[in-house]
Amino acid sequence: MTQGVSGEVLLDVEGIGKSYPGVRANDDVSFAIGAGEVHALLGENGAGKSTLVKMIYGLVRPDEGRMILRGAPYAPAEPRAARAAGVAMVFQHFSLFEALNVAENVALGMDDPPPMRDLAGRIREVSEGYGLPLDPARLVGDLSAGERQRVEIVRCLLQDPKLLIMDEPTSVLTPQEVDILFATLRQLAAEGTSILYISHKLEEIRTLCDAATILRRGKVVGTCVPREVSARAMAEMMVGASLSAPARATGELGPVALTVERLSAASPSAFGTSLKEVSFEVRQGEVLGIGGVAGNGQDELLAALSGEARTGREVVRVHGKGIGHLGPNERRQAGLCTAPEERLGHAAAPDMNLVENALLSGSVRKGLVRRGFVDWTGTRAFAEAVVRTFDVRTPGTGTAARALSGGNLQKFVLGREILQEPEIIVVNQPTWGVDAAAAAFIRQALLDRAAKGAAVVVISQDIDEIMEIADRFAALNEGRLSEPVPVAGLTLERIGLMLGGSHGMHRAEAQAGEIRHAEA
Amino acid sequence: MELFGITPSVLLASLMVAAVPILLAAIGELVVEKAGVLNLGVEGMMIMGAISGFITAVHTGSPALGFLGGALGAMALSLVFALLTQVFLANQVATGLALTLFGLGLSSLMGQGYNGIKPPRTPDLPFGPLEQIPFFGRVLFSHDWVVYASVAIVAAVWAVLKYSRAGLILRAVGESHDAAHALGYKVVRIRVLAILFGAAMAGMGGAYISLVRVPQWTDGITAGAGWIALAIVVFASWKPWRVLIGAWLFGGITVLQLNLQAAGSRIPVEYLSMSPYLVTILVLVIMSSGRGRASLNAPASLGQNFHASR
Repeated sequence: MTQGVSGEVLLDVEGIGKSYPGVRANDDVSFAIGAGEVHALLGENGAGKSTLVKMIYGLVRPDEGRMILRGAPYAPAEPRAARAAGVAMVFQHFSLFEALNVAENVALGMDDPPPMRDLAGRIREVSEGYGLPLDPARLVGDLSAGERQRVEIVRCLLQDPKLLIMDEPTSVLTPQEVDILFATLRQLAAEGTSILYISHKLEEIRTLCDAATILRRGKVVGTCVPREVSARAMAEMMVGASLSAPARATGELGPVALTVERLSAASPSAFGTSLKEVSFEVRQGEVLGIGGVAGNGQDELLAALSGEARTGREVVRVHGKGIGHLGPNERRQAGLCTAPEERLGHAAAPDMNLVENALLSGSVRKGLVRRGFVDWTGTRAFAEAVVRTFDVRTPGTGTAARALSGGNLQKFVLGREILQEPEIIVVNQPTWGVDAAAAAFIRQALLDRAAKGAAVVVISQDIDEIMEIADRFAALNEGRLSEPVPVAGLTLERIGLMLGGSHGMHRAEAQAGEIRHAEA
Repeated sequence: MELFGITPSVLLASLMVAAVPILLAAIGELVVEKAGVLNLGVEGMMIMGAISGFITAVHTGSPALGFLGGALGAMALSLVFALLTQVFLANQVATGLALTLFGLGLSSLMGQGYNGIKPPRTPDLPFGPLEQIPFFGRVLFSHDWVVYASVAIVAAVWAVLKYSRAGLILRAVGESHDAAHALGYKVVRIRVLAILFGAAMAGMGGAYISLVRVPQWTDGITAGAGWIALAIVVFASWKPWRVLIGAWLFGGITVLQLNLQAAGSRIPVEYLSMSPYLVTILVLVIMSSGRGRASLNAPASLGQNFHASR
């Protein structure tokens, strides 16, 4: 693919800057995207990628600098103007309406949509043309994450864009869906559409992108041709320091700590997934990774383990003792701590400060409440210990949880649970939306906890993460959990099949694998 | 044909009239809630409409101008709500309740000196021979223009919400204001317009009470009709035609209890007068107990304030 190198420049960004009160989001950012080029924008959270693309898409106006699109000055006042100029964007979150159907969602993203009947036909035509089949009449609330993304992509494609901006498109996809997406993007690039691809998954960028611009703290710190440099080199440019992969001690596994047997639970939400006969056990010192695309029962599973949703007494057992009927505090007492995915509003109360948030989950195991009175000195010390040990960057423990960045709050939430020294810890999406350095830190902390003899359950959509830290892997699909298999020797294809829910096939294959193993 | 001393055709005809105020207010509130705004000030806007419409009609001598005045009066009051909730991001529930209290007080002040006056009459539309059709003539063709206009408005709201682009955008804003904003729609502007439409409808509903139903001015004349309208929106699970059914149902109960009283029913008057409110509570309890369906149809951003910082 040489279009990007030889072709003309599509968008030229020159010296763009943007300040918010107290933050310099972008400072003198310059780069150029060629026609038909797949250009990566790399950076950690808070590096200024989002602000930059929002300026290109007309959602935010730059303070200084200028942009040139196809030789003409380009300063979109609103997304409508950007779309009219041929710039389209696929969002990471917040741009679909669950209660509306596919065609209505597409129509909302267009400035001059054709009548609904024609639109439905064009959606079918375009979506099939790019290998992303979609039924225009279905409610978006009933679609999987991958299908939802198709809706967004098709919405953009119907407007025949010259530049397609993709914000973290693969964070919610299975490996097979990623392959389909990449094939589509390559087809688009071959047809002359430029793609601005935002991600922090370096391997993806290396397989897909022609050029990369790396941002750190709002500034361009480097450019490279991703195929020619290693992922590690890019990561270090992104972080500005060297990274080390988490170290895992290979200790002996202890007895079974957590048992879940035939757990079935209806989902409390209309768009949720009910759990169907989920069974697994985790031993002391073991990390079980539960993979799966969002919305396949992860939240429901966490709720059943944390005690938010109660089950039959013997369905969930800790060290052989039934705790399924107990609430969260009694389960903490029994040694089971959990950290849900949603940081603000579920794991932490947004408007309460870190000390208060530390008390909310730590009061039982740390003995922070005596005779009905709160031991504020002890609580403050506990919160400070979490902040110190987990390197939470905050002005102090009196700061409201809402004011922390996602990564910092995640470190706080996980640190709060880990410092309670639980015998079993269950986390959902521990590094979702967290930058590379913080993610490495969190993974290491979980492994350390396992090394000290705790049973760890990591529910994650990030397959790389599970491969990195888990001993065994199980896939959650439409509320059913596959048989856990050892991570060692697991291929991406196998994982993809498991995530896709081909359980029968995978069992047969697992047996075949064992036989092959035995023969070898 | 009579049942317990009540003629069915008269009962049906009068329930259509009795339902107009709550029907108008409820269809307006439905649009407001579809845009994601919970305005609990319907009662206050209705009574402001009742007094503004009454004053306008008395001074101009024109009932039609009276309805316009009612709509404008309620819209003026709703601007307070729009400013507080959409610009200053005040809590919608508290602001809505305050709006009702404020409207009740302000209408009482404005109504000083209008007690005991009769407003100009709103005539029934002439339908000629149609009025002579047995039963149906009495039920369908013996009303003033507002009755027909209110049904037409329900049809229009249904068609706009279902088929037009404006309706789609309105629903989108009520469903997810963040997504709508990301696509470049003006969330606050759309919501303010929805609030104004809701207020105009509530105001006309209020004016119908003081100009046609009663017709005179007394303090607190709306007597909780705004609250019933709010309940009807939930009862209808945010669907326009069900609002019509709900309004007729509640209108019917109101008329029935009046007729029963007149027919000398042995049930004490107090029980009969409380029946519409009791039924409202019952219906709300039943609707909310089947959580899945009702909550599924509720606009997802209902009652949440939007701040465009992201």
